Formats: sequence, structure tokens, C-alpha cells
Amino acid sequence: MPQLAGPTDPAADARWPDVKPRKGFFTDTSICIGCKACEVACKEWNHNPRDGDLDLLGSSYDNTGALGASTWRHVAFIEQGGERISEARATGRALVDLGMPGVGPSASAGPQAPARPEQAGPGPTGPGPAVPAQAGPAQAETMPPDTDEFRWLMSSDVCKHCTHAGCLDVCPTGALFRTEFGTVVVQDDVCNGCGACVGGCPFGVVERRTDGTAAPKTKRGERKGEQPEVPNLGVAQKCTLCYDRLVDDQTPACAKTCPTTSIKFGDHEDMVATARERVAELHAQGRTEARLYGANELDGVGGTGSVFLLLDEPEVYGLPPDPRVPTADLPRMFSRAGLAAAGMAAAAALSFLGGRR
Amino acid sequence: MTASEYDSVRPPEPAGRRRRGGNGGRGGRPAGADGTRPGGADGAREAAMVPEVQFTSYYGRPVVKPVPWGPGIAAYLFLGGVAGGSAVLAAGAQLSGRLILRRNCRLAALGAVSVGAVALVEDLGRPERFLNMLRVIKLTSPMSLGSWILSAFSTGAAVAAAAEFDRMTGQRLPLGPLRPVLRFVESPAGLEAAAFGPLLAVYTAVLLADTSTPTWNHAHDELPFVFVSSASLGSAGLALVTTPVAEAAPARRLAVLGVVGDLVATQVMHRRMDPVVAETLRDARPGTMLRLSEALAVGGGIGTLLGGRRRGVAAASGLALLAASTLTRFGIFEAGIRSAKDPRYTIEPQKRRLAARRAAGVTDDSITTGG
Repeated sequence: MPQLAGPTDPAADARWPDVKPRKGFFTDTSICIGCKACEVACKEWNHNPRDGDLDLLGSSYDNTGALGASTWRHVAFIEQGGERISEARATGRALVDLGMPGVGPSASAGPQAPARPEQAGPGPTGPGPAVPAQAGPAQAETMPPDTDEFRWLMSSDVCKHCTHAGCLDVCPTGALFRTEFGTVVVQDDVCNGCGACVGGCPFGVVERRTDGTAAPKTKRGERKGEQPEVPNLGVAQKCTLCYDRLVDDQTPACAKTCPTTSIKFGDHEDMVATARERVAELHAQGRTEARLYGANELDGVGGTGSVFLLLDEPEVYGLPPDPRVPTADLPRMFSRAGLAAAGMAAAAALSFLGGRR
Repeated sequence: MTASEYDSVRPPEPAGRRRRGGNGGRGGRPAGADGTRPGGADGAREAAMVPEVQFTSYYGRPVVKPVPWGPGIAAYLFLGGVAGGSAVLAAGAQLSGRLILRRNCRLAALGAVSVGAVALVEDLGRPERFLNMLRVIKLTSPMSLGSWILSAFSTGAAVAAAAEFDRMTGQRLPLGPLRPVLRFVESPAGLEAAAFGPLLAVYTAVLLADTSTPTWNHAHDELPFVFVSSASLGSAGLALVTTPVAEAAPARRLAVLGVVGDLVATQVMHRRMDPVVAETLRDARPGTMLRLSEALAVGGGIGTLLGGRRRGVAAASGLALLAASTLTRFGIFEAGIRSAKDPRYTIEPQKRRLAARRAAGVTDDSITTGG
């Protein structure tokens, strides 16, 4: 059995002869402007069909809903008032106080001394193409506008491409596989749509594609209205980290299109390093609500390939606060199951041997 | 969603169960402040003084996705258990010379596993690709191992049942010169099926437990015991229905052992599970099904114990046990689906275990880090 938990290089673990550097995203939600260009670019490049009937969901500007079989990037919108903001600051500060690695700069700057920038302009306008702020006056101009009264969080969610991927572990057909870049991809011509991966994912990312309408499907391929044909019906679908582009040394569609560089793409190591730098920078500005998600290889999934910088607790964005790949407990489950099966056999033996009635 | 300043003068909401399903408008705010009301049922009760665990979600949307499995899979959980148990009973009957019990259990094993396998294939997104299940042997995938267990089991069960069928119909199977071969492999095939029987009954527990579905995952230590007990009492119940009392003594004993195992394992499962997640096993339809299952199991067990040697009582008890096994599987199946659809069952236990680890001094294994 391969390694089921803990830090590892997944591509090497999958015994690729020519392991490429692990690729991943760093999604910096502090500079996301919610334009959804990533959602569109992803759909276009991957020929993903419409996801359900068009609807207003009443959740700020998010009418996409969630990641799914035909939605591999999803921009979350969260509107918060002053109370939530101070709570987020407090939980972020608590994280820093836990003594996580790499928090030096923030400790010296002190969370009580926020270097709040002047309000750059009216309304929640974007910061423009964010050049990584160095220091001095440039910083104030590239900082997002910030008030204590309200804020509007936007975050582009995506498959995490976990080091220990629950979906991949439980796939019975081998349709899901680990690429040489350490990412996780479904082979849609192999998948038979058993749905095991859907339950295996701790993040609710992968999904079996239906015909995309809310009504129960009566016949495969049938759908409401004038819509193009849906490819890969009935099989599991999720972000491939644009595997077809990676093999050509291209940037994934979402990262390529992101106008603010909120979605960064590169070698996983560099992404984690960039993320740590960025969170330290925000802490130094007094924005203690900033925290990283997925950058810790000791977590329940061995670290994620897609790292996020969040400005509140993960569950606020619909992310699990303490995900654990279910397969990590599989040896224990097997031993319990073996014990139970032996118990059943013993009970049966006892039934035949016990007394002659 | 309420955001009025007058909210502060409302009486405090009782901390308690939340309604599940159809409350998609819940906002990303603390549970006590959002618009869900517990149906007005608890209005008279004193409000709890312990503050509810702070629970925030993204507009009440699920964090994990429920598996896209229909009732066919729940039926398979039951049928696979009955098939596995029947093969074990058939092998015992074979070794102890109980010919009618052997015949009935062999036919039951093949019948149950066949219907179950059809239900499995039917539930696939691409049923025509069902053979891809045997494309690899994957130790990390309970479904892959289960497919192989199912195949191995079905082979033995089919051969043994074919031999019985041939005997029953007076050698009507068009076997020709192969009949002696069938007679020769019949016994080993019956034993082979029995060897895979308990595995067939138990692997589905691991299949459910090895998911991120809260109820199933939290029960991963006890679910195998619940499933083999349910399989034992279900298959024994079927034998009680089909087999004359003179040959059914082992089935009666297995039924009683199964009932005892089922009650104990279910109790332990409830006790050890995270209290919030355990709600899914108690509330709503799954709760009703599981309570009914327990009552039927107890009734069937007592009936078997006291009146099992009377044909009518034995058959009635057997039916009660079969119903109990079905309800156990459907109850646990539906409880899991419901637990995945409500973010509360994903978020709250995770927050709690994270906080517990931090309180215990383990601060290096959180997915959220300060830097």
C-alpha cells in the first residue's frame, strides 16, 4: 500500500519515472476582485457545460453556488459587518499566537498597530493589477481599501490537488490518477461513474456530471432548452489543473486570465513560499485576519497543491476547518472489518456446533 | 436572514436541533443569529444556558458532497449481507448434512447477490462500463476490493446454486458431460463462497466509512460490527422463512447471535459517535427507520428464541429480522446522505477536534496556519 498520510512528494509516491516539479496554485483572496474571469476561462478551455438552470441564489454576487462537475472554479462572495471583521482578526491573531512557523515579521510589527492606508477612493474598487508591494508609498496605493465597518470577501475556490487525495484513493477503476506534476486528474474514458470519489473528497470538489438540469433525468443526454451537447455525462469531473496545458508548459486557464494575479500558478514550493511572504506582509500591515489554508504538509491531507490566503475562518468560505483524508484511517478500518468478519464466521460456527437440537 | 437591530430584543433561541434540508438561504453568520427556527416545537422549554458551538457556513451550503448513490446502493448493502450470510449458512449445512437448509441458503445466496449486483450496475453513471471495476486491484479502494470480493463470491455461489437447481429440477440443466464436473466442484464452490461471505457482508461498511460523509466516517470503528450483525440476522431470518424448523436450528442460533450483536454494536456506535453527528442517526426519517429496525430485531429475536420451533412463528420472526436488516441499512445510508447535505455535521465536529488537539498542545497539524 502506498503512503496514506503525512508529508510526501505525491508524484514520486505514485512511482512516476520522470517526476516533474509539483505544480499548484496560490490563490491570494486578499486581492481577488470577484470578476469571475477564472470561472469563465475554465469553462471555455475545458468545454464545461452550463451547471443547472440559471438562477439567482441570493448569496451576494455568487450565483454559481459551489464547485461541481461542470464548475471547476467557483468565486465565493461574503459580505461582513464590523463584528465579523473583528472576530476574523481575533481568530487570525490566535493562529499567529499558536507559534506557527514563519510569523516573525508580524510579531515585530504588532497586531495592535495597524498601518492602515488612506482610503484610496470611494467604493470597493479593486487595487488594480497588484504588483507585489515592496515598501514605502507604493504600498499604500496597492493595498486594498479597508474599513472596519464592512468588507466584501471574494475567493476563487478550486480543487485542492491534495498530497493524499481522498478521491484518488477510493477510485476503484483507476480512472483517477496522479500526474507527473503531482496533480489529480480523471480519465473520462475510464470512469464508470460509481461515485466513490464524490464521497472520498473532504472538500466536496469532485462530482458526477448529470445532464445539468434540476429535473430528474429520464434519459441520458436529454436536457432542457437549446443547449449544446453535454460531454462526459455520468462520469466524475473536476479540475485537472489544466493537465493538457501543463504538458505544453502552459499556465492553467484560470491563472492565465486572472487580472489581479489573485490566482498564481507555479511550482508548489514557490507557491508556498510566496504565500508565506504574502501573509507575513499582511500581518505586518496589521491585517491579522490573513491566514494560509493548505500550506501545512502536516495537516490531514498532507498539504494541498492549491494553497489559499484567506481573510477569515475557512468555513466562512465553505471550506472544511479540519479536513482529513478518510483513507488515512483505512488500515484501522480494515482491521476492524477483519475482526467483524471473523466474528461473523465464529458466530456461524457456533450456531452449527452449539448443541444438537 | 435577519439583520435588524431589533433582533437583540428577541428572546434567546433554544440551543438545539436545526431543521435540515431546504434552508439554502442561511447566511455566513453564527448559527444563533440566522433565520432558522426549530419549528416552534421548543417554545416552552427553557433556553439552554450553554452557548451553542459557533457554527458558520457559506450560505448553509454543504461542505462535502453527498455520494450520488440511489436507493439501489442501500438495497445492495442489505442484499450483499443476506447473500454473504446465506453462503455461510449453506456451507455449515453442507458440512453438517442439512440438505434442505443447504439448498435454500445456496439459492438465497445466489438470488440476493444477483439482484444486488444488478442494483449496483444500475446505479453507475455509466453502467455499460461496469467491467472497468475489474480493471485494477486497488488496496486503498474499498470499492475495488469489494468488486473482487463480489466476483469471487458470485462465482462460488453460482456454481453451488446451479448444482442445487439441477438437482431440484431433476437434472434439467443442459449440462451434458459437464454434470459430473458440476457435482465435483459443487462442494468446494460452496465453501469458497462461504469464505468470501463474511467479507461480502463487511466490506460495504468500510466502503461507507472510507468517505468524508460525516455519519459514516465517524462510525468507522463500529460500522463493520453493525453490518455483520445485520447480515447475520438477515440471512438467518431468510433461512427461518424458507426452511422447515427441523433443519433450521443453526439459523435460529445465528439469528439470536445476530440480534445481540446488532443491538450491542448499534449502541456502541451511538455512544462513541460525535454527539452532533449522532443526531443524524436519531432524527427524522433515518432515526425512525433505525428505531423500527431495533424493535423488529428485538421482536424477531425473541420470537425466534421462544417460538422458533413452530413453523408459523419462525417464519414471522424471520420476516421481522429481514425487515430489521433492511431498515438498518436504509437508515444508516440515508443518515449519511443527510449528514453530508448539512454543513453543520462537517464543520462542527471538525472545529471541535481541531480545538481539542490545540488544547492538548498539538498545534502543528492544522490546515489553517498563521504563516
